[in-house]
Amino acid sequence: MGKITGFLEFERELPLRRPVAERLHDWQELEGKHPEDRLQKQAARCMDCGIPFCHKGCPLGNIIPDWNDLVYRGRWQEAIDRLHSTNNFPDFTGRICPAPCEEACVLNINNDPVTIKQIEKQIIDHAFKAGLVTPHIPTQRSGKQVAVVGSGPAGMACAQQLARAGHLVTLYERADRIGGLLRYGIPDFKMEKHLIDRRMEQMAAEGVTFKPSTNVGVDVTAADLRQQFDAVVLSGGATWARDLPVPGRELNGIHFAMDFLPQQNKIVAGDRVEGQITATGKRVVILGGGDTGSDCLGTSNRHGAASVHQFELLPQPPDTRTEDIAPWPYWPMILRTSSSHEEGVIRDWSINTKSFSGDAAGNVKQLHGVRLEWVKGDNGRPTMREVPGSEFALDCDLVLLALGFLGPERGPLFSDLGVELNERGNVKVDQRWMTTVPSVFSCGDMRRGQSLVVWAIWEGRECARGVDQFLMGHTDLPASPDPF
Amino acid sequence: MNEMRKLRKQGLYDPRFEHDACGVGFVANIKGIKSHDIVQKGLQVLQNLTHRGACGCDPLTGDGAGILLQVPHEFLKKECQALRIALPDAGDYGVGMVFLPPDINERNACTKLFEQTVRDEGQKLLGWRTVPTDPSKCGDMARKVMPEIRQIFIGHGKSIKNGDALERKLYVIRKRVERAVRDAGLRDSESFYVSSLSGRTMVYKGLLLPEQIPQFYVDLVDPTMVTALALVHQRFSTNTLPSWDRAHPYRFVGHNGEINTLRGNENWVRAREQMFASPLFGDDVKKLLPIIEEAGSDSAKFDNTLELLVRSGRSLPHAVMMMIPEAWQKHESMSDTKRAFYEYHSCLMEPWDGPASIAFTDGRLIGAVLDRNGLRPSRYVVTKDGFVVMASEVGVLDIAPDNVLHKDRLQPGRMFLVDTENGRIVGDDEIKEGMAARQPYRQWLDQNLVRMGQLPEPTDLPPTYDAETLLTRQQVHGYSSEDLRLLMAPMAINGQEAVGSMGTDTPLAVLSDRPHLLFNYFKQLFAQVTNPPIDPIREDLVMSVKATIGSEQNLFDETPLHCHQLEVENPIIGNAELQKIKEIAVGRIRSITLPILFEIAGGGQALRRALEELCEQASAAIEYGCSILVLSDREHDETLAPIPSLLATAAVHHHLIREGTRTRCGIVVESGEPREVHHFSLLIGYGAGAVNPYLACETVVDMVQDGRLKGIEANEAVEHYLKAANKGLLKVMTKMGISTVQSYRGAQIFEAIGLNHDIIDRYFTWTASRIEGVGLDVLAKECAERHHHAFEVSPALDGDLDPGGQYQWRRRGEFHMYNPDTIAKLQHACRAGNYKMFKEYSALVNDHSEKLCTIRGLLKFKSGSAIPLDAVEPASEIVKRFKTGAMSLGSISREAHETLAIAMNRIGGKSNTGEGGEDPVRYQPDANGDLRRSAIKQVASGRFGVTSYYLVNCDELQIKMAQGAKPGEGGQLPGHKVDKYIAGIRYSTPGVGLISPPPHHDIYSIEDLAQLIHDLKNANNRARISVKLVAEVGVGTVAAGVSKGKADVVLISGDSGGTGASPLTSIKHAGGPWELGLAETQQVLVMNDLRGRIRVETDGQLKTGRDIAVAALLGAEEYGFASAALVASGCIMMRVCHLNTCPVGIATQDPVLRKKFEGKPEHVVNLMTFLAEELREIMAQLGFRTVDEMVGRVDILEPRDAIEHWKGRGVDLSQVLHKPDVPASIAIRCVTSQDHGLEKALDNRLIELARPALDRKEPVEIELPIRNVNRTVCSMLSAEISRKWGAEGLPPETITIKFSGSAGQSFGAFMANGIAITLEGDANDYFGKGLSGGRIVVYPPKNASFVAEENIIVGNVSLYGATGGEVFLRGQAGERFCVRNSGVTAVVEGVGDHGCEYMTRGVVVVLGKTGRNFAAGMSGGVAYVLDTEGDFKTRCNLGMVEIEPIDEADAEAVHTLVRRHYDYTQSAVAWRVLSGWKEIVHQFARVMPVEYRQVLAKQHLDSDSAKLASI
Repeated sequence: MGKITGFLEFERELPLRRPVAERLHDWQELEGKHPEDRLQKQAARCMDCGIPFCHKGCPLGNIIPDWNDLVYRGRWQEAIDRLHSTNNFPDFTGRICPAPCEEACVLNINNDPVTIKQIEKQIIDHAFKAGLVTPHIPTQRSGKQVAVVGSGPAGMACAQQLARAGHLVTLYERADRIGGLLRYGIPDFKMEKHLIDRRMEQMAAEGVTFKPSTNVGVDVTAADLRQQFDAVVLSGGATWARDLPVPGRELNGIHFAMDFLPQQNKIVAGDRVEGQITATGKRVVILGGGDTGSDCLGTSNRHGAASVHQFELLPQPPDTRTEDIAPWPYWPMILRTSSSHEEGVIRDWSINTKSFSGDAAGNVKQLHGVRLEWVKGDNGRPTMREVPGSEFALDCDLVLLALGFLGPERGPLFSDLGVELNERGNVKVDQRWMTTVPSVFSCGDMRRGQSLVVWAIWEGRECARGVDQFLMGHTDLPASPDPF
Repeated sequence: MNEMRKLRKQGLYDPRFEHDACGVGFVANIKGIKSHDIVQKGLQVLQNLTHRGACGCDPLTGDGAGILLQVPHEFLKKECQALRIALPDAGDYGVGMVFLPPDINERNACTKLFEQTVRDEGQKLLGWRTVPTDPSKCGDMARKVMPEIRQIFIGHGKSIKNGDALERKLYVIRKRVERAVRDAGLRDSESFYVSSLSGRTMVYKGLLLPEQIPQFYVDLVDPTMVTALALVHQRFSTNTLPSWDRAHPYRFVGHNGEINTLRGNENWVRAREQMFASPLFGDDVKKLLPIIEEAGSDSAKFDNTLELLVRSGRSLPHAVMMMIPEAWQKHESMSDTKRAFYEYHSCLMEPWDGPASIAFTDGRLIGAVLDRNGLRPSRYVVTKDGFVVMASEVGVLDIAPDNVLHKDRLQPGRMFLVDTENGRIVGDDEIKEGMAARQPYRQWLDQNLVRMGQLPEPTDLPPTYDAETLLTRQQVHGYSSEDLRLLMAPMAINGQEAVGSMGTDTPLAVLSDRPHLLFNYFKQLFAQVTNPPIDPIREDLVMSVKATIGSEQNLFDETPLHCHQLEVENPIIGNAELQKIKEIAVGRIRSITLPILFEIAGGGQALRRALEELCEQASAAIEYGCSILVLSDREHDETLAPIPSLLATAAVHHHLIREGTRTRCGIVVESGEPREVHHFSLLIGYGAGAVNPYLACETVVDMVQDGRLKGIEANEAVEHYLKAANKGLLKVMTKMGISTVQSYRGAQIFEAIGLNHDIIDRYFTWTASRIEGVGLDVLAKECAERHHHAFEVSPALDGDLDPGGQYQWRRRGEFHMYNPDTIAKLQHACRAGNYKMFKEYSALVNDHSEKLCTIRGLLKFKSGSAIPLDAVEPASEIVKRFKTGAMSLGSISREAHETLAIAMNRIGGKSNTGEGGEDPVRYQPDANGDLRRSAIKQVASGRFGVTSYYLVNCDELQIKMAQGAKPGEGGQLPGHKVDKYIAGIRYSTPGVGLISPPPHHDIYSIEDLAQLIHDLKNANNRARISVKLVAEVGVGTVAAGVSKGKADVVLISGDSGGTGASPLTSIKHAGGPWELGLAETQQVLVMNDLRGRIRVETDGQLKTGRDIAVAALLGAEEYGFASAALVASGCIMMRVCHLNTCPVGIATQDPVLRKKFEGKPEHVVNLMTFLAEELREIMAQLGFRTVDEMVGRVDILEPRDAIEHWKGRGVDLSQVLHKPDVPASIAIRCVTSQDHGLEKALDNRLIELARPALDRKEPVEIELPIRNVNRTVCSMLSAEISRKWGAEGLPPETITIKFSGSAGQSFGAFMANGIAITLEGDANDYFGKGLSGGRIVVYPPKNASFVAEENIIVGNVSLYGATGGEVFLRGQAGERFCVRNSGVTAVVEGVGDHGCEYMTRGVVVVLGKTGRNFAAGMSGGVAYVLDTEGDFKTRCNLGMVEIEPIDEADAEAVHTLVRRHYDYTQSAVAWRVLSGWKEIVHQFARVMPVEYRQVLAKQHLDSDSAKLASI
């Protein structure tokens, strides 16, 4: 099946991103589309492996070889069916997943991997366009009520699976719109938000009721939940941001990334935001070299920042994988250049921020940092050591902290429900995804700690199985067992 | 009684799986003149066949030998007088040769029963005579189990005349006595046996060596012991079960070969018993039952049945023709009357199929017949003074050349018969045409046999396609998307079964978490060593899928109604054909449809009830007169699930057999379940006459309708699918060497793995099953899971088929031991040399607690007294036991192949060439000291590149009998993988695909294997000889035969091993796990005291030190790794080896891809070291200092407790863990070496005489007589040449040798350059096997008066795999002349069937007739056939070649060869050809492979353009 020699005939090819000069002026997605015939050639590069490592590399277990082959043969309906069979929202993952599947692709051993993510994206885009995405309305309703608290990708996936299994699902969201970080966190130029809206339509038809602007634990109490619902799923994410407790932290102009990014999402959505934090004309420093930092970078540049620095505590990773530390098929810690980096930034590594200083008005004006070197410590792990004499100061007007997240926020809900956390500060669940409180379940970053959207969807799906099993005594929801 | 008496079924050993084969022969005076001379001649023949037999652990105890004579009346009269027994006139009494228990009480009980029966039957007991014997003349073991031997004399009563009536009565008496003794409850009833009881024949046999017979039975040296005929037999059994009665001859036959279809034949005879009725026997018929003695060997059972047919009134030749019919279905030149005879009789009885040379006699007629494919040798000589000598070999009796009237061989399916009463030889045609004219068979067939094509078109065709409900119905039957994509689509598109590669690493069905179809609990059995598989493509002429279904009649009768049955052309049928059957109403043929459904909610109970009801309905339908039962699951719904079709079929089949009504009906299966070849094979194998896979057909239609299959019409796709299914079935049959569907039907050639004995005993009676397993409850639960998926799961959740994951890893699919985690970890560990990472890998693999997967996963080590790790032998010692698997250069790239070799040589282990030859460049060490030579050189059926030089350059020679991934099959290297380099090494042509035949054409039987072992030992006496077998039930017995055949090593391969290309059916469903095969091998070898002289090796998905430890404890001394070594070198289980697109440069010859190979010898060295280190850790924990201490210590293993798996908990491994109770003196590991007896070889003398040539290239001339016991002559001499002088050898004719006499087998095998032989006389089988150079000329004795070109001069399978040299033969050759020739130039004056089969290079000139199927599978080289009568085309297989006139260049070449032929042999034919050259030249036909010619043409072009370019 497929084209046996495709990988020998065609080279990897991705559609070009729009030119930087153009894209900096809008908030739309960056990537163009492959014409279908070119995409099919890319799909033909798939080797239909005896062991498709991509299928393992994907947290969801997307059956990548199958739909590559189907795309190659132009069978779009089956392709989207096969894709949907493991992934509720390929429209999201096709845009914002870092694609561990491509790292694990067998072609990646000694060639360039198949453009799996691009193919995924175009399958679902094609499907929506061609009207192939329809609600999966259950034939029978169980009469059971389930509350899903938190409407990020985990909550959405969980809610959708449970609705399809015949349960009546209410999806709660603290923010004014459904979507969690997908909605308020990921910039529009990475993922346009109408994608979420059309999924909500589908879910509504399948039996999901949306309750945005509802802070469960406050607006709806734990007791209400227990009373109204047969089961509760906690999928509120890991939104407790890591802070940087150094002198000067209190100065104006130093913000968490998650204070900065959602505001822009609202603006793009047409809302008014009073006192929006902007980077326009400012010298911006982003602390943290991850995806969130990258999102801050792209947003700052679109605001028209005067300059942007991005600092990372850890040393600069290598450009390519090496056998000893990052062998195929694992996810390699290598230097990654995102689309936002293309748009202008000064990146630096092995830097520790010691303090900030500001002007009289209390606005931040300088960052005081020091260079680090990483050495192997007594326990064998790398530990940091300041490089003597490397202290420096950098002028700045806006500092964005993108230092990661510590776990779920501790609110009244946990204490009222009596949910226990594990040693890592996340919600503790058992094999059935149930928390220490019967009939209360948890999934997503809230259970796992901060992670990828693709993991969140997986969590939501697997958790739904646990819930369904709990409610019905058995479950027919599909599983994608045993990932990593 | 004596414990040695019988080895009873214990552990994994089951005497049912014994095989025997041997040498057979007879001597007769054509005129029927009796003499003592015939006895002596018979015994002499026997002695000269000694090498075809074998000895067990006791060299003086043979496997058995015997002689059948006419009743010597004068001698008996004389002897009886002394005993005061008054014998009546000759012919008026019967004499029995009776073995009796040694214990006096038991013996008396037997004699009393005998006497009583004689009286009951109204006959006269005349007396008993104790046969004088000399027990000191037989071996120790034989003596220990020796019975008391007496003769009984029975005079006929009043009601009986003499002759046939007396014979019949004696038959009744014998059958009654046998049963009476069996039922008498004696402790030693097994010691009772009647060798013969007849007024015409008498059998002297026993557990004796040939030369012991006349010493032991002193009767035989009495000059008054006279006979006109003597049938003799020398047995080679696969183990040493000491048994006097299993010696041949039986009452009618001596048999060399094997009946592959035995189980089916036996079942069918039993099924027919209830319908027996004979006026000759009257009520006596019931006394004969059961006809077949269950404890007997295949030969004994054949004899039982032949006896029945003869005693019930058919003539001996008639009965033999029924049981071993010729391959009549596709015989282009057979007369219609004869064809009708066979067709008619095929309605009465299925063929007893398998390699067979059967010598038979009733005391008046004596003859022999060969199986339809001519797989055993039989040579005969007729002398001018009226004698006939027939034997497995020529030269067994010294006959003056001028006394020879005629020499010939028996041909496939042909009969040779001497009528001593009428004093003449009856030709095959005369006998058979005579038989064919007995009745108007053609007319009977025309009037009664109903052919499918004659039936009216059905009126009420069921819906063939319903897209709405299709998915649900597919889910009911557990279809997966993989089934559609990988299995069914290729069948529908190409009409061929899908091909895959690498091995299988999924759990056994019984250990899988997923619901499996019942089919998956069965493994296909296959032929290895004791019988050859067949090539169904190249040897299609013996194959037939045609069969009849319907009601049979009384076997003893012969009426038109006997053929009133429905003939089905192909057993896998489409919907229209099925409907025709459902609507059939012709004559008395009626069908009925019985639903095979059960209440899904009722679980196992409901299933059992439904089966009971089904059986009752079947019985009722038969009573009602239905002759075809259609078992249908079409009507299943939400509450009624289909009974697994195999369960329903087998249940009805065995119920009806038990009830005695089975032969009154045919069974047709209409089921949605079967879809792959394995399924169809099982249904037919358990009794179905035809199968309609309606849902599979519908699925194919669906795939076309919705565009998944493109460029094909729906009906065409279904046709292709059915064709592929039928072809696949044929292939499965041929793995077991069965050539007709009729014989395969009900033959149960399967082993069950993981079903409990309730299911086996009740529904799959007599099927081998050794580890217990699931019952009906679990089977019902598996159905319920599928049913649930189909009907309960909301389409909102899962609107698709299950992904499957059996062939390609899928996360939601079946578990695989090689998965992303294990591969990644293993590769990193080996590349980085990281033992910690390796331990992570092995922990994953060993963690079978969750994923049971393998039998070894169910075992654990008992806690031992641990010792420090330092006390365990070092890894550097252990790795010497390690080997990499046989992978040919060609299947994998040169880089990958050499990496393995270098790695294994660095650590002192062994790599294996595989069957692709080896580049001699690799025999010299590299500058850095690395050696790229493979220590093991494989000799497989293709014999690619097997030259004398190749053979001397190794430490071990491995005969590959079977391969785990595809046992019973040959191989094919596609043309695109044969580049110039590969072709050079394989002695073939670049770009032309290569075929390895399914069988070794020099091994059709166990004694043939012994011969090949002997040949290879001669070709390199410094190498160990290893035989590679694949695990299946009975492999232990085969291994015992291998040990007796003097192999130094036996390798038991698991079924899960890899392959470069094989049908998916074989990868998944053939063979068994190595744990079972190894345990059985160890047990049988130890029980027979054969273990001490052979090393045992195992392989097949060995992955960790723990695996090795289990293998050692189960009995293996050496261990092979193939997949693991490849993974260490970069393999990522792409499973595209067959496509040449391996992306990591391993299984490919594409230069671009080969560059991507990144494997290093260090990686493989790391793997081996890690494995050894891990093994050491286990050894330390168990307290073993050396591996030797561990071998066979199965007592250290125990089943893991508390296995909770829902299927696996039924598994019982006690048989696997059985340790034979033997004295401490019996070795449980190899402690000594085989005695190959090379000191007896004629070559020792040749080497001595050729010393000046060997040392200094000085020419020498040698002249010696030769006999048939001089086997493998010139091989050792050639090895000396190759060692000293390399591939080049010596200059031509440096050593010239003149032999006279009859040369033994393998004359000139692997002969090197520099030797020129002239043989005046003739030669046996395997003449010039592997000839690598030199010249052999054979002509008849100068003083012989027979016409040379009309007589046979060399036997079967000459020049097999020859790579060079020249041969000139004045006379004809037997079957398969020049098979797999890849370089020899040969001139011969006529050849048998299958000449030049699979030839890839070389030149053959045939100055006479060829047999049928010439040039089948010939892909290279050229043959010139003198086609005087212009009919050669009808005998040539045009599958790959074209026949064309010869051109001028050819003519010149042929002329030169014929001229030389004349010069060397003074051939009369050559003289005639040369003298009439101008006319005769046009009668030569050139046989040229099409593909080969194209490649040659291209080469010419290339070389022309190269020339142009150089100007």
